[in-house]
Order: sequence, then C-alpha cells, then structure tokens
Amino acid sequence: MSHPLGALVTWLLILVLVGLNSAGDMLTAKSMRLVGDFGKLRRKSGVLGIVRAVLSEPWFYLGLLAMTLSFFFLLAVLSLIDLSIVVPASASMTFLLNLLGAKFLLKEHLSRRRWISGLLVMGGIVLLRT
Amino acid sequence: MSFVRYVLLALIVLGSTFGDVYLAKGMKQIGDISVRRWHDLLFAPLNPWVALGTVLLIMFYLSYLASLSWADLSYIMPATTFGYVLTALCAHFMLGEAIPPARWIGIIMISLGVGFITGGPSLTVTPTPEGIAPHLEVHR
Repeated sequence: MSHPLGALVTWLLILVLVGLNSAGDMLTAKSMRLVGDFGKLRRKSGVLGIVRAVLSEPWFYLGLLAMTLSFFFLLAVLSLIDLSIVVPASASMTFLLNLLGAKFLLKEHLSRRRWISGLLVMGGIVLLRT
Repeated sequence: MSFVRYVLLALIVLGSTFGDVYLAKGMKQIGDISVRRWHDLLFAPLNPWVALGTVLLIMFYLSYLASLSWADLSYIMPATTFGYVLTALCAHFMLGEAIPPARWIGIIMISLGVGFITGGPSLTVTPTPEGIAPHLEVHR
C-alpha cells in the first residue's frame, strides 16, 4: 500500500507514539517495582491485596495515563499509516528508548550484549524506512 | 521460571500482536480521522474489531503488569518485541498489506537483535536476607 502522508509527517507521528509508549512503559515498570512481586502479594493477601497494592501506587496512574494517550494516538495513526510500518517502527524505537530509560532512570544493569542488540534493532529500523 | 510466568509472557506477545492487528482492521473500516473530527476516536471502540483489539490489549496489559512485578523492564521488553514477525505475517495475510523485501530484512534484523538479548543472561540475581530476589538486577 502506498503512503498518502509525507515521510516527515509519518515519522513525526511515529516519534510522538514512541514517546508516549516509552513513558507508559517506564512509569508502569517503576510502579510495579514499587508494588513488588504479585505472586508473593497473592500468597500474603490474596488477589484483592494485589488490586489494592496496584491501585494505591501513584506512579501506576501516571503510567496508565501515558498508555491511554498512546492507545488513542495509535488508533489515529493506524487509520493513516500501514500496521506493518507503525508497529515494527514504533515498537523498535520504543525498545531503544526503554533501554536508555531502563539504564539511566530505572537503574537496571545493561550489558554490552544489550547495547549491540540495540544497534541491530536500529539497523532494522533504517531498513524498515526504505 | 514457573509455568505461570511463561504463560504470562505468551499472553503479552499474543495480546499485543493480535490486539494491534484487530485495531488496525477496525480503524481501516472507520477510515481516516481528521484533526477536526478527532472525537470520532472516542466512538472507535464501538466498532466490533476495535472492541476485540481493545479486549486483547487489556489482556496484554494485565499480563504486562504481573510480569513487571517480578522482572526488569529490560527483561520483559524482548518478550513484547518477539511478536514483530507475527505482526508482519498477520498484516500480510489478514489485512492484505504488501511487505517489500527490504522491510522483511529490517524485521529480521530487529528479531535478531531481540534474540541476541534473550540469548544472554537476562537477569542478574542478588541474594537478600529473605533469599534470592529474581526481579532485581544488580551491577557486578
């Protein structure tokens, strides 16, 4: 299928989607880190205990807000751009942004292997644009 | 890793992949949404395909929350990206979108990068007074 939008607008839309996606992922990951293992929570206070713990975590709502915004933005973008461009492109760029966020914001350990993988993913994105 | 955790990872891949496919199918039926008619978006979930896609994405979200409660974001991410090839195949066979060879190569490169990450040690465990805390990754 051809692209009715200019390349610049297409990639701008995808970049906004990536920002929203990544914010949602990082905020959600941070909130779940604070909530703790669902398995342990369930054994201690049941499924309701999990629900209570999640709903009383402020970061969870910020993550949910970012994910909701990205969901409606995705709907709009999908009506304009092919799924086979939007999903791999936005997901792989979100992947790289999340890697950076995981290292610098969430303080996760990232090995050299993970950075090399990031470059492979980046190369994939360049090919996707052709 | 327990059976339940594998099931959760599978639900993440399937929920996000098929969720996106059905959303796209529904949005194609609805057609272009202009800036002036942005409120059409609010009624989009009334389309059956968009509704099905939404249910699948909610399933994805709940599995995602559960998985992030015991694993790093950088550990869960490869699982969510594992669906790229699946997405491309669905877009091709279910929506009839054409995928030129270069785009296929791009998708394969992304898959290789993801596979390289998952092939390595994805977790560094740290002992705590209570035992091993597998959701924590520490610098060694």
